[in-house]
Amino acid sequence: MKFTRFYRGAVVGAIAAVSLAACSSDNADDGTAAAASGNLVGGGASSQEAAMTAWTDGVTEEHPELTVSYDPVGSGAGREGFIAGQYSFAGSDSAMDATEQEQACGDGSAFHVPSYISPVAVAFNLDGIDSLNLKPDTIAKIFAGEITSWDDAEIAEQNDDADLPDTDITVVHRSDESGTTENFTDYLNGAAGDVWTWDAAESFPDELTGESAQQTSGVVSLTSETDGAITYADASQIGGLSTVAVGVGDEYVEYSADAAAAAVETAEEDPESEGARILDRSTEQDGVYPIVMISYHIFCDQYQDEELAEQAKSFGKYVISEDGQAAAEESAGSAPISDTIREEGNERIDAITAG
Amino acid sequence: MTTTPDQKTGNTGRLGDRIFFGLSWAGGATILAVLAFVAAFLVIQSLPAIMPETFGIGAQETSSFWSYVWPLTVGTVIASVIALTLATPVAIGVALFISHYVPRRFATSIGYLIDLLAAIPSVVYGAWGMLVLAPAMVPIYRWLHENLGFIPLFAADPTVTTTGRTILTSGVVLAVMVLPIITALCREIFLQVPKLHEEAALGLGATRWEMIKMTVFPFARAGIISSIMLALGRALGETMAVTMVLSAGGFSWSLVTSGANATIPSEIALNFPEAFGQRQAELIAAGLMLFIITLIVNVIARYIVNTHAKKAEGLS
Amino acid sequence: MSVQTHQRPKTQPESQHHRTPQIPPAQPQPPLAKRTSSSLIAHQKPAWVWAVAAACSMAVSLLLNSLVFGSLSWIGLGALASGLYVVSMYVITRVVEGRLEAADEFWRHLIWTAFFIALLPLVSVLWSVLSKGLPTLISHPALLVTDMHSVVGATDIATQDAGASLQGGILHGLVGTVLITVLASAISIPVGLLAAIYLTEYGKKNAFSRSIRFFVDVMTGIPSIVAGLFAFAGLTALTELVVGSSPQALQGVKTGAAAAIALSVLMIPVVVRSTEEMLQIVSNELREASYALGVRKWRTIIKVVLPTAMSGIASGITLAIARVTGETAPILVTAGYAAATNWNPFSEWMTALPVFIYRQLTNPTAPAASDPSTARAWAGALVLIVIVMGLNLGARAIAKHFAAKTAS
Repeated sequence: MKFTRFYRGAVVGAIAAVSLAACSSDNADDGTAAAASGNLVGGGASSQEAAMTAWTDGVTEEHPELTVSYDPVGSGAGREGFIAGQYSFAGSDSAMDATEQEQACGDGSAFHVPSYISPVAVAFNLDGIDSLNLKPDTIAKIFAGEITSWDDAEIAEQNDDADLPDTDITVVHRSDESGTTENFTDYLNGAAGDVWTWDAAESFPDELTGESAQQTSGVVSLTSETDGAITYADASQIGGLSTVAVGVGDEYVEYSADAAAAAVETAEEDPESEGARILDRSTEQDGVYPIVMISYHIFCDQYQDEELAEQAKSFGKYVISEDGQAAAEESAGSAPISDTIREEGNERIDAITAG
Repeated sequence: MTTTPDQKTGNTGRLGDRIFFGLSWAGGATILAVLAFVAAFLVIQSLPAIMPETFGIGAQETSSFWSYVWPLTVGTVIASVIALTLATPVAIGVALFISHYVPRRFATSIGYLIDLLAAIPSVVYGAWGMLVLAPAMVPIYRWLHENLGFIPLFAADPTVTTTGRTILTSGVVLAVMVLPIITALCREIFLQVPKLHEEAALGLGATRWEMIKMTVFPFARAGIISSIMLALGRALGETMAVTMVLSAGGFSWSLVTSGANATIPSEIALNFPEAFGQRQAELIAAGLMLFIITLIVNVIARYIVNTHAKKAEGLS
Repeated sequence: MSVQTHQRPKTQPESQHHRTPQIPPAQPQPPLAKRTSSSLIAHQKPAWVWAVAAACSMAVSLLLNSLVFGSLSWIGLGALASGLYVVSMYVITRVVEGRLEAADEFWRHLIWTAFFIALLPLVSVLWSVLSKGLPTLISHPALLVTDMHSVVGATDIATQDAGASLQGGILHGLVGTVLITVLASAISIPVGLLAAIYLTEYGKKNAFSRSIRFFVDVMTGIPSIVAGLFAFAGLTALTELVVGSSPQALQGVKTGAAAAIALSVLMIPVVVRSTEEMLQIVSNELREASYALGVRKWRTIIKVVLPTAMSGIASGITLAIARVTGETAPILVTAGYAAATNWNPFSEWMTALPVFIYRQLTNPTAPAASDPSTARAWAGALVLIVIVMGLNLGARAIAKHFAAKTAS
């Protein structure tokens, strides 16, 4: 890690040539063509922004002639721009449906590559409590406002050792529409459907009044300032907040990169959207953390010209390569994808044609 | 067009007049054209949301567009009304302070100070409102609720805020933001009040306040209303500051509950990035709604200005 | 200032006392009965009354706070104390000096209070920005001349955890903001000024100018993001028409110039509205005097009307600039988001400072180590304020240059 940082800082100058040579020789094994050049333009999910900064920087080390610009306008706007041809690839927290895939890419069709996996932590701020075990039903009741105090019998029952205060629970949710909210509500609906009757949606149900803030950083800082607050947020950004070990079957699982990657690995393929996955929220498998957000890169299987196809291939392969995933993990704290997912992605990307 | 005094200064002068008239006419026409385009854009983009039975692409969970948009509309109006109610008296006070109370050599620099308030970007106001103002308002809200809780505005629905991120806080931040707009314009207008009128009033033995009441306000009335309208436009359309300060939600009359209200611009800003298809149309339709509110408010303001103008004419 | 002249002659301080009617030495008269307060004799309260009243109101509000209200925040305390002060001063003046003076005094205090109330948030906001932005700027002046090119999360993590020096900077945003704002001003100031001139000098009350006036007001209510979307959609349509719909052409739409067009939609109404107001209060005698001397109408407008109103116009333009420099949403949709500095507003993406600030605050470069991002954001906010003040000063300097030498 130290070495990476060192040469990143020294990319300008003579050392660059050496390290670049080293990089391209590494990649010769993958069979990546190093001929990609020009500027690849993409846009979409802002959740990927931190990882994308690392990728756009990293890809120029591998393909010195290629630059990538990414517009963090949001998943919806990204897919819209991709369909309209303004972006050559899109980043999105949710998969395109069949119609969208048809509309995109002219004669070709679009496909998804899971590229950014991030566990969503249920995080709270409660004086003197570092960790809690909560079953999905309990989590759902807390977020639905049915449990309003931290010393509720149901919470106490699952946490024998904890000395729970009688602080009121303040639920903090995202005020903007987000993939994180969609994933979390999908989880609540899937794992605790009896309590959480709302469908998965990108915005928190309007009927539930609660505190809300913008973006992950907003909910995290609001939760950190408020004693007794609980929220859900991208695990890489929760800072000093305590987290909930989520009930899976009879076990309680803390979030971790491995547990998150396992969830994606065991997820079913989406029959409607090529390359996308459907997570099993009510899984009872050991060591699987079910609240995971998968963010995709969406490419066309056919691009207008050779140059564009080459750019998309090179960037797409770099992102899911071990180097790319390591760069994202280091900078953005995401969970690296598993080898199975990588192989699948590589297969699809290799099939990109120009025409 | 009023005709200029016909002076025989040759063709160059007449040509200059014609060019200048043409240019300024074109300036006005440009504005109308741009606005027509914006309106057309808004209407076309929002049609699928307003008439889903004709254009429907996938049903929305809200039963109808109107039930979606009215809480937002009312929220926007509430925030703007709070902002203007708080800002207008203070702003006019400050403008008077600069124009009539402070020695002239300080007036310029104080005026500059107020302009500085306008120069601060809304992102900074948002951050300030979120980090500094909102926590400081919490005890006040609690007090209001405990002592004036019988008024629906200060009733808890269902709880009093613990973070201060309510529609009232947003209104206060908006008030701070529109204050320099009103002040800057009113100050300039107050300074233009004919000195003769003022001195005549003082000469008749009026106190300074009487002089202001008798000479400054009648002269500046239309201008004051104009500046308030400009501020209202800003308050209605302000996006970033409200987005950062307010805990958005549905709708409630309570001003002391967070997560209970939302405004149109912040709703658009918060949700547009992830919006797609029908949802996008819905948000743009909300934008159209804001456009219509502004239209209605302006019709009312014009009406008020015109009646005042007629009254003033009748008096003189 | 002439308004000073109305003040009543001051009596000597040593002869002043509460409730005892005093006779100004210049006007020897028999002492009146205690209850009367003739309007001819100005009873002055001593000069130190305000200080006592202020101290008392503060003490009383502190006392009330501890006895009745429990715990009010600083805002509540300030409001209570100033309210008490204004009321007590009114009562004192009413008793000592009389009704008219009391009213005058009352309003004078309200106006002073208004000024301090307005100052409060200004000081608070400026303090937040200075205390958070200035230390970073002083310790890392390189921030001003570097951009975010090749700054990644790992760099920031190194800064926060291993104590490495803060990398990256705001140059790209700085360049973007200045170019976009200047371009937007170059579009909207001429259009706005000309339209305002048409409204006041030519159109007066015809239907065309009435509709302009009305729709300018409506235009102030366009939400900023709609302006951005509108500009983007319009330019995309134009590009498809002129250049074609290849990806290269479509991807060329997002530029600094596109952002400038979006911002103009927001700026123009502010310029028109404020300029029109300022031109309207230029007295007609000035115009008529100019016509009488045989000056053409267009020369009159340029040489007489505009210079007279110049200071007000400059204020309005400053407001218009300030209105748009803080915008983020329309710039993000029209100009994209670039990490490297781009000096050409007509090609490639461009980042404006507010966009950069907003994104650094909400989506830090390194999610797990957000301090460096926050530091850059606040430093950026400080620089942004300085830029706007600079543009403001520029507008004022230009205004002064053209202004009538003896305005009113």
